[in-house]
Amino acid sequence: MASLKAYIATRVVLTVPMILILLTLVFFVMRVLPGNPVIAIVGMKASPKYIAELEHQLGLDKPLWQQYLDYLGKLIQGDLGTSMIWGRRPVIAEIMDHFPATLELTICSFIVSIIIGIATGMIAGVKKGGKVDFSMRVYSIVAYSLFIPWFGMMLQLIFGVWLNVLPVGGRIDPLLEPKHITGLYIIDSILTLNFKSLVNALEHLALPSLTLGIVLSGIYTRLVRSSLIEVFSQDFIRACRARGLKTSSILFRHGLKNALIPILTMMGLQFALLLAGAVLTETTFSWPGMGTFLMERIEYRDFTTVQGTIAFYALFVALVSLVVDLIYAYVDPRIRY
Amino acid sequence: MLKEIRSAGVDGLMIIIGLIIVISVTFMAVFSEYIAPYDPITPVGGAVEPPSSKFIMGTDSIGRDVFSRVVFGSRTIMFVVLLSTAMSMLIGIPLGILSGYAGGLLDRALSLVMDSIYAFPGLILAIAIAAMLGPGVYNTAVSLAVVYIPTYFRMVRGQVLSLREQLFVEAARAIGARGSRIMFKYIFPNLIYIIAVVFSLNVADAILTEAGLSFLGLSVVSPTPDWGFDLKNGQRYFLSGIWWPVVFPGVMIILLALGFGFLGEGLNAIMGREER
Repeated sequence: MASLKAYIATRVVLTVPMILILLTLVFFVMRVLPGNPVIAIVGMKASPKYIAELEHQLGLDKPLWQQYLDYLGKLIQGDLGTSMIWGRRPVIAEIMDHFPATLELTICSFIVSIIIGIATGMIAGVKKGGKVDFSMRVYSIVAYSLFIPWFGMMLQLIFGVWLNVLPVGGRIDPLLEPKHITGLYIIDSILTLNFKSLVNALEHLALPSLTLGIVLSGIYTRLVRSSLIEVFSQDFIRACRARGLKTSSILFRHGLKNALIPILTMMGLQFALLLAGAVLTETTFSWPGMGTFLMERIEYRDFTTVQGTIAFYALFVALVSLVVDLIYAYVDPRIRY
Repeated sequence: MLKEIRSAGVDGLMIIIGLIIVISVTFMAVFSEYIAPYDPITPVGGAVEPPSSKFIMGTDSIGRDVFSRVVFGSRTIMFVVLLSTAMSMLIGIPLGILSGYAGGLLDRALSLVMDSIYAFPGLILAIAIAAMLGPGVYNTAVSLAVVYIPTYFRMVRGQVLSLREQLFVEAARAIGARGSRIMFKYIFPNLIYIIAVVFSLNVADAILTEAGLSFLGLSVVSPTPDWGFDLKNGQRYFLSGIWWPVVFPGVMIILLALGFGFLGEGLNAIMGREER
């Protein structure tokens, strides 16, 4: 166990430079790139005096290195600044209003993508080299190429308009919103035993999660396939066969379990894809998450909120990749060094 | 090369389908003026006329010909994506070669930076950059370029790490060739195939990101014809049955991404086979 502890320590320490680099990148994009945020906020016609005042208020009149240190210093204290519009709430509070919606969407999409991915990948891996394998390969490329807004709108048309069985937008019927506990409607409605809300929340989740889940499932098809082929070529599987085990039992009891381990490593990067895809999914389905929020604030030129939200994304991604690596180290002892 | 493609079975088929799509869209982008029946930015018919013999893909909400916009839209997306890819390659490839060949502290620092950018959700980074730079085709190209530099860097660096240890590089070093000469005369030519593969797969991704940016309204401004942007504009009327301004540009985005995807997948598979 000592090596596991050492691994965790190293991995945690290694996350620090990654976070620093990402936050620096955000700072660079928001402050150093050409384009004055203040003019972007108030427009070209604003008086120079007003511009100077706003620059001072945002700390943009200080030297760049000082701005950078201020920015990092505040971030360490969890301060992402205050919004520039609508009551000037702290950015972190605004983010927390929208984060659960995105989390719920990404988790459900992830479940959809992993189920489809494992099923298709397994079929392809078992029937390696044949027509079935080839069609699964084509599926994985086609799925990834589906442009999320377009695909989402097609599902809206089919299930929302033609069949008229699912809602085409929003997160829940406003009258059915469950009591706020975690902000995840599914969990909240289960906790409060509010099954009407649960059903309604699931109905609203269906199309967005299917859209994002199907688009990202192709990646898992590919990963599961190659991982399964690799595992199937190993000696212990041959031993299973020699002992006369049925193919299905080899596949489910021995093959799949081992094949899924390497897929864990990819989950950190997959999560980045989920978050990026969520922005498009949310805007297509008017899903009130981080993506819709970010786009709305970009439109309103709420500079501090945009910067804070991007920084939040950076921190979140770094954290997820850390957690994924730690889970991986726990599951697969070979990784600890 | 042609012989290889023919003998490659399904992978060869994928390459051929990919090439057909890519070449057709490129043709469309280059000769838009001759293909499009109408001016893409002026209304030529009534609003939202369904597809007919006069307007084969119908008209949009202000009466512009959807087909002509689709044709000219290919020019916008191809231009932005190819320009951004050229920028990513111009920065990512030399840095990757340098980092992989030189090793040491430089390699570690560069890899850390590139891996961090790579880990960040690409579209969100592009959104941030595009939002700060403002709309326009050049700004969009820059936003996409930043996102994809690490892809080229990582792939090239990994390849250089193994090439560096090969005999021909050692031989070059033994006869006293300088580092720069080894990197560009000996190592670079061996990277061209893998760069072609990464290029195809990466362009497929960049197409979807460009379309995403313009769908979000961060890429081009009205009245520029652009598939993602037109799709966004058609969204408002889509569920009330006006499907043509959305379906056609969307299909084109998917088709073009698919073309590059097939091309990259096929090339990748052939390369994998040769290595084995």
